[in-house]
Amino acid sequence: MNRFDYVRPASLAEAVAAAAAPGASYLAAGTNLLDLMKGGIVRPSRLVDVTRLPGLDRIEPLADGSLRIGAMVRNADLAHDAEFARAYPAIAEALLSGASAQLRNAATVGGNLLQRTRCAYFYDTASRCNKRAPGSGCDARGGDNRLQAILGWSEGCSATHPSDFCVPLAAFDAVVEIEGTNGRREIALDALHRLPGNTPEQDNALEPGELIVAVRLPASARAFAAHSRYFKVRERNSYAFAVVSAAAGLVIEDGTIRQARLALGGVAPKPWRAGAAETQLVGSAAGPGAFSRAAQVALADAKPSGDNAFKIELAQRLIVRALTSAAQGTPARIPALPASPFSSPAGALHV
Amino acid sequence: MNLSIRLTVNGEQHDIVLDDPRVTLLDLLRERLQLTGTKKGCDRGQCGACTILVDGKRINSCLALAVSHDGADILTIEGISEGDHLHPVQAAFITHDGFQCGFCTPGQIMSAIGLISENQAGSDPERIREGMSGNLCRCGAYAGITDAVLEA
Repeated sequence: MNRFDYVRPASLAEAVAAAAAPGASYLAAGTNLLDLMKGGIVRPSRLVDVTRLPGLDRIEPLADGSLRIGAMVRNADLAHDAEFARAYPAIAEALLSGASAQLRNAATVGGNLLQRTRCAYFYDTASRCNKRAPGSGCDARGGDNRLQAILGWSEGCSATHPSDFCVPLAAFDAVVEIEGTNGRREIALDALHRLPGNTPEQDNALEPGELIVAVRLPASARAFAAHSRYFKVRERNSYAFAVVSAAAGLVIEDGTIRQARLALGGVAPKPWRAGAAETQLVGSAAGPGAFSRAAQVALADAKPSGDNAFKIELAQRLIVRALTSAAQGTPARIPALPASPFSSPAGALHV
Repeated sequence: MNLSIRLTVNGEQHDIVLDDPRVTLLDLLRERLQLTGTKKGCDRGQCGACTILVDGKRINSCLALAVSHDGADILTIEGISEGDHLHPVQAAFITHDGFQCGFCTPGQIMSAIGLISENQAGSDPERIREGMSGNLCRCGAYAGITDAVLEA
Protein backbone atom coordinates (compact mmCIF):
# COMPACT_ATOMS: atom_id res chain seq x y z
CA MET A 1 0.00 0.00 0.00
CA ASN A 2 1.30 3.45 -0.91
CA ARG A 3 1.94 6.11 1.73
CA PHE A 4 -0.79 8.69 2.19
CA ASP A 5 -1.80 11.58 4.41
CA TYR A 6 -4.74 10.95 6.68
CA VAL A 7 -7.21 13.77 7.24
CA ARG A 8 -10.22 13.64 9.52
CA PRO A 9 -12.36 16.71 8.78
CA ALA A 10 -14.84 18.03 11.35
CA SER A 11 -17.39 19.35 8.89
CA LEU A 12 -18.71 18.76 5.39
CA ALA A 13 -17.11 22.01 4.21
CA GLU A 14 -13.72 20.92 5.57
CA ALA A 15 -14.11 17.50 3.95
CA VAL A 16 -14.90 18.87 0.52
CA ALA A 17 -12.02 21.35 0.73
CA ALA A 18 -9.58 18.61 1.81
CA ALA A 19 -10.68 16.26 -0.96
CA ALA A 20 -10.36 18.88 -3.70
CA ALA A 21 -6.57 18.35 -3.69
CA PRO A 22 -5.26 16.23 -6.57
CA GLY A 23 -4.79 12.58 -5.59
CA ALA A 24 -7.18 12.78 -2.64
CA SER A 25 -9.82 10.16 -2.01
CA TYR A 26 -12.62 9.87 0.51
CA LEU A 27 -12.42 7.03 3.04
CA ALA A 28 -15.61 5.55 4.47
CA ALA A 29 -15.42 1.96 5.77
CA GLY A 30 -12.66 1.21 3.28
CA THR A 31 -13.93 -2.29 2.49
CA ASN A 32 -13.28 -1.74 -1.21
CA LEU A 33 -10.74 1.09 -1.10
CA LEU A 34 -8.25 -0.64 1.24
CA ASP A 35 -8.47 -3.80 -0.84
CA LEU A 36 -7.67 -1.76 -3.97
CA MET A 37 -4.84 0.05 -2.19
CA LYS A 38 -3.32 -3.19 -0.91
CA GLY A 39 -3.29 -4.45 -4.49
CA GLY A 40 -1.69 -1.27 -5.79
CA ILE A 41 -4.68 -0.69 -8.07
CA VAL A 42 -5.35 2.78 -6.66
CA ARG A 43 -2.79 4.98 -4.94
CA PRO A 44 -4.40 7.99 -3.28
CA SER A 45 -1.98 10.49 -1.79
CA ARG A 46 -4.51 11.64 0.80
CA LEU A 47 -7.42 9.91 2.53
CA VAL A 48 -10.22 12.12 3.81
CA ASP A 49 -12.05 10.14 6.49
CA VAL A 50 -15.77 10.94 6.30
CA THR A 51 -16.99 8.33 8.78
CA ARG A 52 -17.36 10.86 11.59
CA LEU A 53 -18.97 13.72 9.71
CA PRO A 54 -22.09 14.80 11.61
CA GLY A 55 -25.55 14.02 10.25
CA LEU A 56 -24.65 11.49 7.56
CA ASP A 57 -25.71 8.36 9.45
CA ARG A 58 -29.45 8.91 9.64
CA ILE A 59 -32.45 7.31 7.91
CA GLU A 60 -35.06 10.07 7.73
CA PRO A 61 -38.61 10.01 6.35
CA LEU A 62 -39.28 13.40 4.71
CA ALA A 63 -42.54 15.35 4.63
CA ASP A 64 -43.15 14.59 0.94
CA GLY A 65 -43.22 10.83 1.58
CA SER A 66 -39.68 10.24 0.37
CA LEU A 67 -36.95 8.62 2.46
CA ARG A 68 -33.50 10.09 2.91
CA ILE A 69 -30.67 7.67 3.69
CA GLY A 70 -27.44 9.23 4.89
CA ALA A 71 -24.31 8.18 3.02
CA MET A 72 -22.67 6.82 6.18
CA VAL A 73 -25.54 4.49 7.11
CA ARG A 74 -24.12 0.98 7.21
CA ASN A 75 -25.51 -1.59 4.76
CA ALA A 76 -26.56 -3.97 7.57
CA ASP A 77 -28.23 -1.22 9.60
CA LEU A 78 -30.29 -0.19 6.59
CA ALA A 79 -31.28 -3.73 5.60
CA HIS A 80 -32.30 -4.61 9.17
CA ASP A 81 -34.24 -1.39 9.77
CA ALA A 82 -37.72 -2.92 10.12
CA GLU A 83 -39.58 0.02 8.63
CA PHE A 84 -37.18 0.25 5.69
CA ALA A 85 -37.45 -3.48 4.96
CA ARG A 86 -41.26 -3.27 5.02
CA ALA A 87 -41.44 -0.29 2.67
CA TYR A 88 -38.61 -1.30 0.31
CA PRO A 89 -38.29 -5.09 0.60
CA ALA A 90 -36.43 -5.61 -2.68
CA ILE A 91 -33.78 -3.11 -1.63
CA ALA A 92 -33.33 -4.79 1.77
CA GLU A 93 -33.07 -8.18 0.06
CA ALA A 94 -30.49 -6.86 -2.39
CA LEU A 95 -28.42 -5.47 0.47
CA LEU A 96 -28.51 -8.78 2.33
CA SER A 97 -27.53 -10.71 -0.78
CA GLY A 98 -24.30 -8.76 -1.10
CA ALA A 99 -20.91 -9.53 0.43
CA SER A 100 -20.73 -11.10 3.92
CA ALA A 101 -22.22 -10.12 7.27
CA GLN A 102 -18.85 -8.66 8.34
CA LEU A 103 -18.59 -6.52 5.23
CA ARG A 104 -22.22 -5.38 5.45
CA ASN A 105 -21.64 -4.28 9.05
CA ALA A 106 -18.85 -1.99 7.86
CA ALA A 107 -19.77 -0.96 4.32
CA THR A 108 -21.66 2.29 3.84
CA VAL A 109 -24.44 3.40 1.52
CA GLY A 110 -22.25 6.01 -0.15
CA GLY A 111 -19.33 3.64 -0.50
CA ASN A 112 -21.52 0.99 -2.07
CA LEU A 113 -22.49 3.41 -4.84
CA LEU A 114 -18.84 4.16 -5.55
CA GLN A 115 -17.35 0.68 -5.38
CA ARG A 116 -15.16 -0.22 -8.32
CA THR A 117 -15.72 -3.05 -10.75
CA ARG A 118 -14.63 -6.57 -9.81
CA CYS A 119 -13.29 -7.29 -13.31
CA ALA A 120 -10.27 -9.56 -12.74
CA TYR A 121 -8.16 -7.63 -15.24
CA PHE A 122 -8.82 -4.37 -13.40
CA TYR A 123 -7.53 -6.04 -10.22
CA ASP A 124 -4.50 -7.64 -11.84
CA THR A 125 -1.86 -4.93 -12.26
CA ALA A 126 0.10 -7.18 -14.65
CA SER A 127 -2.82 -7.04 -17.12
CA ARG A 128 -3.75 -4.32 -19.55
CA CYS A 129 -6.82 -2.40 -18.39
CA ASN A 130 -8.19 0.85 -19.79
CA LYS A 131 -10.06 1.58 -16.59
CA ARG A 132 -6.98 1.26 -14.37
CA ALA A 133 -4.41 2.54 -16.86
CA PRO A 134 -6.17 4.57 -19.59
CA GLY A 135 -5.00 3.69 -23.09
CA SER A 136 -3.20 0.50 -22.08
CA GLY A 137 -5.75 -1.82 -23.69
CA CYS A 138 -8.11 -4.47 -22.35
CA ASP A 139 -7.02 -8.02 -21.62
CA ALA A 140 -10.62 -9.10 -21.08
CA ARG A 141 -10.93 -8.97 -24.87
CA GLY A 142 -9.81 -12.44 -25.87
CA GLY A 143 -9.26 -13.36 -22.22
CA ASP A 144 -11.47 -14.96 -19.61
CA ASN A 145 -14.56 -12.88 -20.28
CA ARG A 146 -17.56 -15.00 -19.41
CA LEU A 147 -18.58 -12.62 -16.61
CA GLN A 148 -18.15 -9.41 -18.63
CA ALA A 149 -20.94 -7.08 -19.76
CA ILE A 150 -23.56 -7.78 -22.40
CA LEU A 151 -25.13 -4.31 -22.38
CA GLY A 152 -23.59 -0.84 -22.51
CA TRP A 153 -19.99 -2.02 -22.98
CA SER A 154 -17.46 -0.54 -25.39
CA GLU A 155 -14.48 -1.93 -27.26
CA GLY A 156 -12.29 -0.40 -24.58
CA CYS A 157 -14.07 -1.81 -21.51
CA SER A 158 -16.60 -4.53 -20.75
CA ALA A 159 -16.32 -4.48 -16.94
CA THR A 160 -19.58 -4.74 -15.00
CA HIS A 161 -20.78 -2.70 -12.05
CA PRO A 162 -20.75 -5.02 -9.03
CA SER A 163 -23.37 -3.51 -6.72
CA ASP A 164 -26.54 -5.34 -5.68
CA PHE A 165 -27.92 -2.37 -3.73
CA CYS A 166 -27.76 -0.06 -6.77
CA VAL A 167 -29.96 -2.32 -8.89
CA PRO A 168 -33.26 -1.78 -7.03
CA LEU A 169 -32.17 1.81 -6.32
CA ALA A 170 -32.06 2.34 -10.09
CA ALA A 171 -35.39 0.59 -10.53
CA PHE A 172 -37.13 2.74 -7.91
CA ASP A 173 -35.82 6.12 -9.14
CA ALA A 174 -33.40 6.87 -6.30
CA VAL A 175 -31.80 10.30 -6.24
CA VAL A 176 -28.24 10.99 -5.09
CA GLU A 177 -27.42 14.12 -3.07
CA ILE A 178 -23.91 15.42 -3.71
CA GLU A 179 -21.85 18.03 -1.88
CA GLY A 180 -19.04 19.83 -3.66
CA THR A 181 -17.01 23.00 -3.40
CA ASN A 182 -19.86 24.77 -5.24
CA GLY A 183 -22.51 23.53 -2.83
CA ARG A 184 -25.20 20.89 -3.05
CA ARG A 185 -26.59 19.27 -6.18
CA GLU A 186 -28.58 16.15 -6.88
CA ILE A 187 -28.80 13.70 -9.76
CA ALA A 188 -30.76 10.55 -10.49
CA LEU A 189 -28.89 7.41 -9.44
CA ASP A 190 -29.33 6.27 -13.03
CA ALA A 191 -27.20 9.24 -14.09
CA LEU A 192 -24.48 8.67 -11.45
CA HIS A 193 -22.76 5.76 -13.15
CA ARG A 194 -21.33 6.25 -16.64
CA LEU A 195 -21.02 3.95 -19.60
CA PRO A 196 -17.35 3.43 -20.53
CA GLY A 197 -17.25 4.66 -24.14
CA ASN A 198 -13.70 5.87 -24.78
CA THR A 199 -13.14 6.94 -21.16
CA PRO A 200 -13.68 3.84 -19.00
CA GLU A 201 -11.45 5.33 -16.30
CA GLN A 202 -14.36 7.61 -15.36
CA ASP A 203 -16.78 5.42 -13.42
CA ASN A 204 -19.25 8.13 -12.54
CA ALA A 205 -20.47 11.67 -12.97
CA LEU A 206 -18.87 13.05 -9.80
CA GLU A 207 -16.49 15.97 -10.17
CA PRO A 208 -13.16 15.80 -8.31
CA GLY A 209 -13.77 16.36 -4.60
CA GLU A 210 -17.53 15.82 -4.74
CA LEU A 211 -18.99 13.72 -1.93
CA ILE A 212 -22.20 11.69 -1.89
CA VAL A 213 -24.03 12.74 1.27
CA ALA A 214 -27.35 10.91 0.89
CA VAL A 215 -29.57 8.73 -1.27
CA ARG A 216 -33.24 9.61 -1.50
CA LEU A 217 -36.06 7.27 -2.44
CA PRO A 218 -39.11 9.08 -3.81
CA ALA A 219 -42.60 8.49 -2.36
CA SER A 220 -43.49 6.63 -5.56
CA ALA A 221 -41.12 3.79 -4.60
CA ARG A 222 -43.43 2.76 -1.74
CA ALA A 223 -46.19 1.69 -4.13
CA PHE A 224 -44.31 -1.51 -4.97
CA ALA A 225 -43.85 -2.87 -1.44
CA ALA A 226 -46.42 -5.65 -1.84
CA HIS A 227 -44.98 -6.90 -5.14
CA SER A 228 -41.24 -6.63 -5.32
CA ARG A 229 -38.27 -8.98 -5.43
CA TYR A 230 -34.55 -9.04 -6.05
CA PHE A 231 -33.07 -12.18 -7.60
CA LYS A 232 -29.39 -12.87 -8.09
CA VAL A 233 -27.60 -15.73 -9.85
CA ARG A 234 -24.03 -16.18 -8.62
CA GLU A 235 -21.41 -18.89 -8.82
CA ARG A 236 -21.96 -19.93 -5.24
CA ASN A 237 -25.09 -19.40 -3.21
CA SER A 238 -23.71 -16.80 -0.82
CA TYR A 239 -20.90 -14.26 -0.59
CA ALA A 240 -20.40 -13.85 -4.33
CA PHE A 241 -20.96 -11.10 -6.86
CA ALA A 242 -23.83 -11.39 -9.30
CA VAL A 243 -23.40 -13.12 -12.62
CA VAL A 244 -26.81 -11.65 -13.38
CA SER A 245 -29.34 -10.05 -11.04
CA ALA A 246 -32.78 -8.49 -11.43
CA ALA A 247 -34.90 -6.16 -9.30
CA ALA A 248 -38.61 -6.15 -10.09
CA GLY A 249 -41.54 -4.17 -8.67
CA LEU A 250 -45.17 -4.28 -9.78
CA VAL A 251 -48.42 -2.52 -8.94
CA ILE A 252 -51.23 -4.91 -9.86
CA GLU A 253 -54.96 -4.10 -9.88
CA ASP A 254 -57.46 -6.84 -10.72
CA GLY A 255 -54.75 -8.90 -12.38
CA THR A 256 -53.56 -6.04 -14.59
CA ILE A 257 -50.14 -4.41 -14.22
CA ARG A 258 -50.60 -0.70 -13.54
CA GLN A 259 -46.96 0.18 -12.82
CA ALA A 260 -43.72 -1.73 -13.33
CA ARG A 261 -40.10 -1.27 -12.33
CA LEU A 262 -37.25 -3.41 -13.62
CA ALA A 263 -33.48 -3.14 -13.42
CA LEU A 264 -30.60 -5.56 -13.96
CA GLY A 265 -27.24 -6.06 -12.28
CA GLY A 266 -24.10 -7.87 -13.42
CA VAL A 267 -24.86 -7.27 -17.10
CA ALA A 268 -23.54 -3.76 -17.74
CA PRO A 269 -20.99 -1.17 -16.61
CA LYS A 270 -23.79 0.44 -14.57
CA PRO A 271 -26.99 -0.66 -12.84
CA TRP A 272 -29.20 -1.25 -15.89
CA ARG A 273 -32.70 0.17 -15.83
CA ALA A 274 -34.94 -1.67 -18.28
CA GLY A 275 -37.31 1.20 -19.08
CA ALA A 276 -38.69 -0.17 -22.34
CA ALA A 277 -39.59 -3.44 -20.63
CA GLU A 278 -41.42 -1.51 -17.91
CA THR A 279 -43.47 0.34 -20.52
CA GLN A 280 -44.22 -2.95 -22.20
CA LEU A 281 -45.52 -4.47 -18.94
CA VAL A 282 -47.95 -1.69 -18.06
CA GLY A 283 -51.50 -2.56 -19.05
CA SER A 284 -50.76 -6.27 -19.52
CA ALA A 285 -52.18 -9.12 -17.50
CA ALA A 286 -49.68 -10.13 -14.80
CA GLY A 287 -48.62 -13.51 -16.15
CA PRO A 288 -46.04 -15.54 -18.05
CA GLY A 289 -46.81 -14.06 -21.46
CA ALA A 290 -46.21 -10.48 -20.40
CA PHE A 291 -43.17 -11.43 -18.34
CA SER A 292 -41.53 -13.27 -21.26
CA ARG A 293 -42.18 -10.38 -23.62
CA ALA A 294 -40.70 -7.95 -21.09
CA ALA A 295 -37.61 -10.15 -20.80
CA GLN A 296 -37.18 -10.11 -24.58
CA VAL A 297 -37.53 -6.34 -24.70
CA ALA A 298 -35.11 -5.81 -21.80
CA LEU A 299 -32.32 -7.71 -23.56
CA ALA A 300 -33.14 -6.61 -27.11
CA ASP A 301 -29.93 -4.59 -27.40
CA ALA A 302 -27.69 -7.11 -25.64
CA LYS A 303 -24.68 -8.57 -27.37
CA PRO A 304 -21.88 -10.75 -26.05
CA SER A 305 -18.51 -9.14 -25.31
CA GLY A 306 -16.79 -12.52 -25.34
CA ASP A 307 -17.74 -16.00 -24.17
CA ASN A 308 -20.76 -14.66 -22.37
CA ALA A 309 -23.75 -15.04 -24.69
CA PHE A 310 -25.24 -17.28 -22.00
CA LYS A 311 -25.79 -14.22 -19.84
CA ILE A 312 -28.42 -12.93 -22.27
CA GLU A 313 -30.68 -15.91 -21.84
CA LEU A 314 -29.81 -16.14 -18.14
CA ALA A 315 -30.90 -12.52 -17.68
CA GLN A 316 -34.12 -13.14 -19.59
CA ARG A 317 -34.95 -16.16 -17.46
CA LEU A 318 -34.10 -14.32 -14.26
CA ILE A 319 -36.36 -11.42 -15.26
CA VAL A 320 -39.26 -13.84 -15.73
CA ARG A 321 -38.43 -15.40 -12.38
CA ALA A 322 -38.26 -12.04 -10.59
CA LEU A 323 -41.48 -10.73 -12.15
CA THR A 324 -43.29 -14.00 -11.42
CA SER A 325 -42.18 -13.90 -7.79
CA ALA A 326 -43.05 -10.21 -7.47
CA ALA A 327 -46.53 -10.87 -8.89
CA GLN A 328 -47.02 -13.67 -6.34
CA GLY A 329 -46.31 -11.16 -3.59
CA THR A 330 -43.36 -10.04 -1.52
CA PRO A 331 -42.39 -12.76 1.00
CA ALA A 332 -43.41 -11.94 4.57
CA ARG A 333 -39.80 -12.38 5.61
CA ILE A 334 -36.65 -12.13 3.55
CA PRO A 335 -35.73 -15.72 2.63
CA ALA A 336 -32.91 -17.52 4.43
CA LEU A 337 -30.76 -17.18 1.32
CA PRO A 338 -31.54 -13.63 0.20
CA ALA A 339 -32.16 -13.22 -3.54
CA SER A 340 -31.27 -16.84 -4.28
CA PRO A 341 -33.27 -18.63 -6.97
CA PHE A 342 -31.93 -21.85 -5.46
CA SER A 343 -33.36 -21.58 -1.96
CA SER A 344 -33.80 -25.07 -0.64
CA PRO A 345 -37.14 -26.24 0.70
CA ALA A 346 -37.58 -26.14 4.48
CA GLY A 347 -35.93 -29.06 6.22
CA ALA A 348 -33.61 -29.96 3.33
CA LEU A 349 -30.31 -31.35 4.48
CA HIS A 350 -27.09 -30.07 3.02
CA VAL A 351 -23.93 -28.39 4.15
CA MET B 1 3.25 11.79 10.76
CA ASN B 2 2.25 10.64 14.23
CA LEU B 3 -1.39 9.92 14.98
CA SER B 4 -2.65 9.18 18.47
CA ILE B 5 -5.61 6.94 19.00
CA ARG B 6 -7.32 5.41 22.00
CA LEU B 7 -8.80 1.93 21.84
CA THR B 8 -10.48 -0.27 24.39
CA VAL B 9 -9.40 -3.82 23.67
CA ASN B 10 -10.98 -6.65 25.66
CA GLY B 11 -11.91 -4.15 28.36
CA GLU B 12 -8.47 -2.60 28.65
CA GLN B 13 -7.77 0.92 27.47
CA HIS B 14 -4.78 1.56 25.21
CA ASP B 15 -3.35 4.90 24.13
CA ILE B 16 -1.45 4.22 20.95
CA VAL B 17 0.77 6.40 18.80
CA LEU B 18 0.73 5.34 15.16
CA ASP B 19 3.74 6.30 13.11
CA ASP B 20 1.92 5.39 9.91
CA PRO B 21 -1.78 5.67 9.02
CA ARG B 22 -1.60 2.48 6.93
CA VAL B 23 -1.82 0.22 9.99
CA THR B 24 -4.95 -1.91 9.99
CA LEU B 25 -6.75 -2.99 13.16
CA LEU B 26 -5.54 -6.51 12.39
CA ASP B 27 -1.87 -5.54 12.24
CA LEU B 28 -2.24 -3.32 15.29
CA LEU B 29 -3.70 -6.16 17.34
CA ARG B 30 -1.10 -8.68 16.21
CA GLU B 31 2.06 -6.58 15.97
CA ARG B 32 1.57 -3.85 18.56
CA LEU B 33 -0.61 -5.47 21.20
CA GLN B 34 0.68 -9.04 20.69
CA LEU B 35 -2.88 -10.31 20.44
CA THR B 36 -2.13 -12.94 17.82
CA GLY B 37 -5.36 -14.90 18.27
CA THR B 38 -6.89 -12.83 15.49
CA LYS B 39 -5.54 -14.43 12.32
CA LYS B 40 -4.31 -12.94 9.06
CA GLY B 41 -5.58 -15.18 6.29
CA CYS B 42 -6.12 -13.41 2.99
CA ASP B 43 -5.68 -9.85 4.33
CA ARG B 44 -8.21 -8.76 1.68
CA GLY B 45 -11.61 -9.24 3.31
CA GLN B 46 -12.39 -12.57 1.68
CA CYS B 47 -11.74 -15.24 4.30
CA GLY B 48 -13.03 -13.91 7.63
CA ALA B 49 -10.10 -15.23 9.71
CA CYS B 50 -9.53 -11.69 11.05
CA THR B 51 -13.10 -11.19 12.30
CA ILE B 52 -13.37 -9.15 15.51
CA LEU B 53 -16.16 -7.23 17.18
CA VAL B 54 -15.92 -3.44 16.94
CA ASP B 55 -18.48 -1.64 19.08
CA GLY B 56 -20.34 -4.95 19.27
CA LYS B 57 -20.41 -5.64 15.55
CA ARG B 58 -18.36 -8.21 13.64
CA ILE B 59 -16.13 -6.81 10.93
CA ASN B 60 -13.03 -7.82 8.97
CA SER B 61 -10.15 -6.20 10.86
CA CYS B 62 -7.88 -6.48 7.81
CA LEU B 63 -9.97 -3.89 5.93
CA ALA B 64 -10.24 -1.42 8.81
CA LEU B 65 -7.66 1.33 9.28
CA ALA B 66 -6.81 1.62 12.98
CA VAL B 67 -6.63 5.41 12.76
CA SER B 68 -10.21 5.55 11.53
CA HIS B 69 -11.40 3.61 14.60
CA ASP B 70 -10.13 5.99 17.28
CA GLY B 71 -12.26 5.48 20.40
CA ALA B 72 -13.58 2.07 19.39
CA ASP B 73 -14.41 -0.74 21.80
CA ILE B 74 -12.84 -3.93 20.46
CA LEU B 75 -13.42 -7.53 21.44
CA THR B 76 -11.09 -10.27 20.19
CA ILE B 77 -10.88 -14.03 20.73
CA GLU B 78 -8.56 -13.38 23.72
CA GLY B 79 -11.30 -11.46 25.53
CA ILE B 80 -14.29 -13.77 25.45
CA SER B 81 -13.56 -16.44 28.07
CA GLU B 82 -13.69 -15.74 31.78
CA GLY B 83 -10.42 -17.19 33.01
CA ASP B 84 -10.59 -20.93 32.38
CA HIS B 85 -14.34 -20.76 31.83
CA LEU B 86 -14.89 -20.92 28.08
CA HIS B 87 -17.38 -18.74 26.28
CA PRO B 88 -20.45 -20.84 25.30
CA VAL B 89 -19.52 -20.55 21.61
CA GLN B 90 -16.00 -21.82 22.32
CA ALA B 91 -17.41 -24.75 24.28
CA ALA B 92 -19.88 -25.56 21.50
CA PHE B 93 -17.10 -25.59 18.89
CA ILE B 94 -15.27 -28.21 20.96
CA THR B 95 -18.42 -30.28 21.56
CA HIS B 96 -19.31 -30.32 17.85
CA ASP B 97 -15.83 -30.61 16.35
CA GLY B 98 -16.22 -27.24 14.68
CA PHE B 99 -12.62 -27.17 13.45
CA GLN B 100 -9.73 -29.28 12.26
CA CYS B 101 -6.54 -27.25 11.79
CA GLY B 102 -7.95 -24.35 13.82
CA PHE B 103 -6.61 -21.43 11.82
CA CYS B 104 -10.02 -20.03 10.90
CA THR B 105 -11.51 -20.83 14.32
CA PRO B 106 -10.94 -17.50 16.15
CA GLY B 107 -12.63 -15.73 13.24
CA GLN B 108 -15.41 -18.31 13.13
CA ILE B 109 -16.05 -17.92 16.86
CA MET B 110 -16.04 -14.12 16.78
CA SER B 111 -18.32 -14.22 13.74
CA ALA B 112 -20.68 -16.63 15.51
CA ILE B 113 -20.83 -14.37 18.57
CA GLY B 114 -21.66 -11.47 16.26
CA LEU B 115 -24.29 -13.53 14.42
CA ILE B 116 -25.99 -14.58 17.65
CA SER B 117 -26.14 -11.00 18.92
CA GLU B 118 -27.61 -9.84 15.59
CA ASN B 119 -30.58 -12.08 16.37
CA GLN B 120 -31.47 -12.75 12.74
CA ALA B 121 -30.75 -16.45 12.29
CA GLY B 122 -32.57 -18.06 15.22
CA SER B 123 -32.39 -21.87 15.05
CA ASP B 124 -32.62 -22.11 11.25
CA PRO B 125 -29.50 -23.91 9.94
CA GLU B 126 -29.95 -22.29 6.54
CA ARG B 127 -29.90 -18.80 8.07
CA ILE B 128 -26.88 -19.76 10.19
CA ARG B 129 -24.97 -21.00 7.15
CA GLU B 130 -25.86 -17.83 5.26
CA GLY B 131 -24.89 -15.68 8.26
CA MET B 132 -21.53 -17.47 8.55
CA SER B 133 -20.70 -17.38 4.83
CA GLY B 134 -18.07 -14.68 5.37
CA ASN B 135 -15.88 -17.20 7.22
CA LEU B 136 -14.12 -19.74 5.06
CA CYS B 137 -12.85 -23.05 6.47
CA ARG B 138 -10.40 -24.79 4.19
CA CYS B 139 -10.64 -27.98 6.25
CA GLY B 140 -14.36 -28.04 5.53
CA ALA B 141 -15.60 -28.21 9.10
CA TYR B 142 -18.80 -26.42 8.15
CA ALA B 143 -21.17 -29.11 9.39
CA GLY B 144 -19.68 -28.96 12.89
CA ILE B 145 -19.56 -25.17 12.82
CA THR B 146 -23.26 -24.96 11.96
CA ASP B 147 -24.12 -27.40 14.75
CA ALA B 148 -21.96 -25.46 17.21
CA VAL B 149 -23.66 -22.17 16.37
CA LEU B 150 -27.07 -23.85 16.60
CA GLU B 151 -26.27 -25.06 20.13
CA ALA B 152 -24.67 -21.86 21.32
